[in-house]
Amino acid sequence: MLASTHVPNAAGRFGPFGGRYVPETLTHALEELAAEYERAAAEPSFHADLAALLKHYVGRPSPLYHARRLSQHCGGAQIYLKREDLNHTGSHKINNTLGQALLTRRMGKPRVIAETGAGQHGVATATACAHFGLECVVYMGEEDVRRQRPNVFSMKLLGAEVRPVASGSRTLRDAVNDAFRDWMASAATTHYCLGSVVGPHPFPKMVRDFQSVIGRETRNQCLEQIGRLPDLIVACVGGGSNAAGMFYPFIDDPQVELLGVEAGGRSTKPGDHAATLCFGSPGVLHGSYSYVLQDDDGQTCDVHSVSAGLDYPGTGPEHSYWKQTGRASYTSIRDDEALNAFDTLARTEGILPALESSHAVAKAIELAGQRGRDAVIVVNLSGRGDKDAAEIARLRGLEF
Amino acid sequence: MSSIDTLFTQLRSAGRKAFMPFVTAGDPDLDFTAEVIRRLAAQGCSLFEVGVPYSDPIADGPVIQASFTRALGHKIRLADTLATLGGVTPEVRTPIVTMLSYAIVWRHGLERYVAEAKAAGAAGAIVPDLPVEEAGPLAEICRREDFSLIQLVTPLTPRDRARRIAEQATGFIYYVSVAGITGERATLPPEIVENVAWLRSQTPLPICIGFGISRPEHVRMLAPVADGLIVGSAIVRRIGEGAAKSRAQVLQELEAYVGELLAAMTG
Repeated sequence: MLASTHVPNAAGRFGPFGGRYVPETLTHALEELAAEYERAAAEPSFHADLAALLKHYVGRPSPLYHARRLSQHCGGAQIYLKREDLNHTGSHKINNTLGQALLTRRMGKPRVIAETGAGQHGVATATACAHFGLECVVYMGEEDVRRQRPNVFSMKLLGAEVRPVASGSRTLRDAVNDAFRDWMASAATTHYCLGSVVGPHPFPKMVRDFQSVIGRETRNQCLEQIGRLPDLIVACVGGGSNAAGMFYPFIDDPQVELLGVEAGGRSTKPGDHAATLCFGSPGVLHGSYSYVLQDDDGQTCDVHSVSAGLDYPGTGPEHSYWKQTGRASYTSIRDDEALNAFDTLARTEGILPALESSHAVAKAIELAGQRGRDAVIVVNLSGRGDKDAAEIARLRGLEF
Repeated sequence: MSSIDTLFTQLRSAGRKAFMPFVTAGDPDLDFTAEVIRRLAAQGCSLFEVGVPYSDPIADGPVIQASFTRALGHKIRLADTLATLGGVTPEVRTPIVTMLSYAIVWRHGLERYVAEAKAAGAAGAIVPDLPVEEAGPLAEICRREDFSLIQLVTPLTPRDRARRIAEQATGFIYYVSVAGITGERATLPPEIVENVAWLRSQTPLPICIGFGISRPEHVRMLAPVADGLIVGSAIVRRIGEGAAKSRAQVLQELEAYVGELLAAMTG
């Protein structure tokens, strides 16, 4: 079966994946959101408003940068970096939050809630809310509050309230749970700005669409700068929003190989990684049917990654669909490999990548050495690494 | 006819209402869960909802979520819960329904879940994260097996949607009193009464109200319009807080609390 770009269907299905497995209390809010999004997406003025914001406020298009010293270091393929780290707020997350903030305004809701893992989506949501004058509450696992302090402080400076989540594993998955709980009681006045291509319909489709600006720009930039499409595109996958936005505009270009890189953590043992598509199985989590790391009773597994943004036991249903159809493939990179890639990129190119993005960089470094010098690899550098400096210092026993 | 249909037929002809406690399976352990069911059944409760612990219960408030975390901490598995139900159902006449996430039903297999729950004596299931659009395959199996699939209607459910839900549901309709998560509330919105009255005009199924109910005044307000009332967090909290007390004492306190609500129901 070939992957189609005409997904999901009206029920939110990407092949068998996706759907809407939520309490009845939320179905009304989701239907309302899906209808508003379809109306907005059909209006040229909505796209014009968003494009203007992305250009003048975010600084798009983000550059496609030929990393010559990194490529030389690898001794093979030419590596290009899609510089989402240069966006306002330092990651790709702002592409989505501005789109959803525009929708929130259309729906006349004064309040926005969000979950965050690494804090990048939290900061991007807080930023969009400040820009539009919306009240903002961000749920964040206590463990992530600890390891991503700079982002917690930024969110507060931007006027958002950060609510630490102490239940379960105290990471991204628990932050999602608490955001849904808030929304159960508040949907009449509140929009839930979900940060990845996960959750119930219409989130996986809507977030993919907002993030697809990454892939559309990359496609044009490749044609302009290289004169052809790349051979391989590499992106990290937790929930999978930067990868979905990068891959989607290339789905109908079969000559472009698409590779998602998950968090391999410490080892391949259950609980030691967050490589859902590599080691999980189809199941239901957070409102959609997709690959999940679960036990044979259907309980979600605890996961581990050095990177808070990839530390999630589920993944977007469209990634499950691309895996099933073979259009994209998925692999993993361990914590130590990601940290090495962080150093390599810092020292060869003068760029500090986010630990999330470092997983994609690590895989690209590995594969570049195995390919010829005229091969082209694009890495989605989804975020910058300043936020990780303190955590890296802690891991290495260095003073920050 | 399932045992739930029989129960409500009998209650209706006697002019009585069902009092339906929710308990989390395996909190603090399954023997205690079974004992709570026996004791409260003897006291006059009509139906039990047994919550199967789940790692990510997005519809549940902190009290039930914490009970799930405690139970899962003891490695409670679905097979253990069903084995316990299999032991207790022959001893009590009240129907027992399982309340569990679709994540668990899916992983277990739809057919297999219904077969095993039925074999354990369960009369039906409430799957709170399975809305009407996604419930088709499970509803079909449940109908064929005469295993009730109880579905939820909330204050936010549009009326045409409520009709669709009522058509697919079996056993009874679970009317959610408030928009939000499970948990005790000081007061409940008065429009529940009107909403339930409308729903009653649309379906012959019994209508039971849950979420937030914890006080005698709630019971007095809602019992007249409902076929049954569901009390969850208030019971689960008492069990959770009982960790430092003797089990006999926790059971006694539960009986005193349930007795108060049962009195409000008939009084």
